[in-house]
Amino acid sequence: MSPIGFRFSCRGTAVFLTLGLMTETSSPSLVGSNRVKRGLAEMLTGGVIMDVVTPQQARIAEDAGAVAVMALERVPADIRAQGGVARMSAPDLIEAIIAEVSIPVMAKARIGHVVEAQVLQALGVDYIDESEVLSPADYVNHIDKWPFTVPFVCGATNLGEALRRMSEGAAMIRSKGEAGTGDISEATKHIRTIRSEIRALAAMSPDELYVAAKNLQAPYDLVAEIAETGALPVVLFTAGGVATPADAALMMQLGADGVFVGSGIFRSGDPERRAAAIVKATTFFDDASVIADSSRGLGEAMVGISVRDVPAPHRLAERGW
Amino acid sequence: MGDHTAVLVGLGAEVIGVRRERELSSIDGLVIPGGESTAIATLARAVGLIAPLRDAIAGGLPAFGTCAGLILLADRIVDGIPGQQTFGGLDVTVRRNAFGAQIDSFETDLTVKALGPDPVHAAFIRAPLVAEVGRAATALAALPDGTVVAVRQGNVMGTSFHPEVTGETRFHRYFLEQVTARAVTR
Repeated sequence: MSPIGFRFSCRGTAVFLTLGLMTETSSPSLVGSNRVKRGLAEMLTGGVIMDVVTPQQARIAEDAGAVAVMALERVPADIRAQGGVARMSAPDLIEAIIAEVSIPVMAKARIGHVVEAQVLQALGVDYIDESEVLSPADYVNHIDKWPFTVPFVCGATNLGEALRRMSEGAAMIRSKGEAGTGDISEATKHIRTIRSEIRALAAMSPDELYVAAKNLQAPYDLVAEIAETGALPVVLFTAGGVATPADAALMMQLGADGVFVGSGIFRSGDPERRAAAIVKATTFFDDASVIADSSRGLGEAMVGISVRDVPAPHRLAERGW
Repeated sequence: MGDHTAVLVGLGAEVIGVRRERELSSIDGLVIPGGESTAIATLARAVGLIAPLRDAIAGGLPAFGTCAGLILLADRIVDGIPGQQTFGGLDVTVRRNAFGAQIDSFETDLTVKALGPDPVHAAFIRAPLVAEVGRAATALAALPDGTVVAVRQGNVMGTSFHPEVTGETRFHRYFLEQVTARAVTR
């Protein structure tokens, strides 16, 4: 089992300990445990997390029934259009969004940028997204997420990538899709790939799991755990290209635990109605008449870009290793 | 609701999701899981479930809420969003996000007399607390500083924390006893 960083906190004093195994304790309280990190994501299951760039958008998201918001300076569609280096958002913006809403606030750090993550933790965000949507700060290593008290969500295009992020301490996984396009095809590919690789592991005999771990480039212990349970031990959301209520319901039917919507809401004609409609379609993902009703009168969807028209070097999903 | 389902099924209950009024009429007891109380209330309002839920609970349907579920079962809330509605059933005032942000989420052991001498290992995740217990409700558990974190009123029970994520089954067993007792007498 991977080492787990626990912070024991008692009357204002905090000590860092690294334990080889998760152990029960009768000490007064335990913060930053794997259980409370993964637990928050479990509480978001079945819900929609929305990208917002202002406190006003955050208010619209909460009123529409979002289970969390992602505080950003630019939505992925704008990052894609404007180019340049995309970094962590400014502290003032993140704090203003935290002050505006009562639901959890997530924020993005660049891949491998330990200090951006430390800053986001200090600002009191509820979840950090170590995200390929921003420009990577390290083209070799991701952040070692175990020492943090705040939980992390990371993107993945396949099961091996998801397991590598979990071995680094991610407490939630989202399939990557291709952010900022409004094209659902990559999100479909990634969630199908992850789910199908989980099913393949569950069907293997125990002596085949060693090579499976080698092929997945993932720790054997995690591979064996998934083969036994037939499920990821953390919540799996999808992201990247969700633009309509039907897109969100498709992701849920393909086995996602919930949906991130980036540019799809606030780059559309009527964000309030579209946000509420996507929330409803995510809950009633298996009821076509509800999805049909919630798809009415939403105005213009975001202008999309087909992923096939995006040259390979500009595809965000290929960031991360 | 995954962990709740696992615990309840393990105790012999049959579990269905309640998203529509017709599903509500087929159940013997209601568990409201964690999540965001604002999101649950917004969806319940959008599908016209608030009044039916309120009536069912007032009419004696056993209900157990954890975290956001406690908020939704409270008669009064503070630090909600403007216009946030609850289903009611517990004569208490609940404060949302009372312990702070996610970095303040914690696990701890609690004494719950109603469940026997062994402590309950509880996970508090962006948890609410019970700021005031009204006359009709009874406190079941408190933190060492006296903060009430579990309450019961007749067939309705709520906890600030998540017994279901720490492998604790006694709250669900206790709840199912109430459900069974009511189903037998009806």
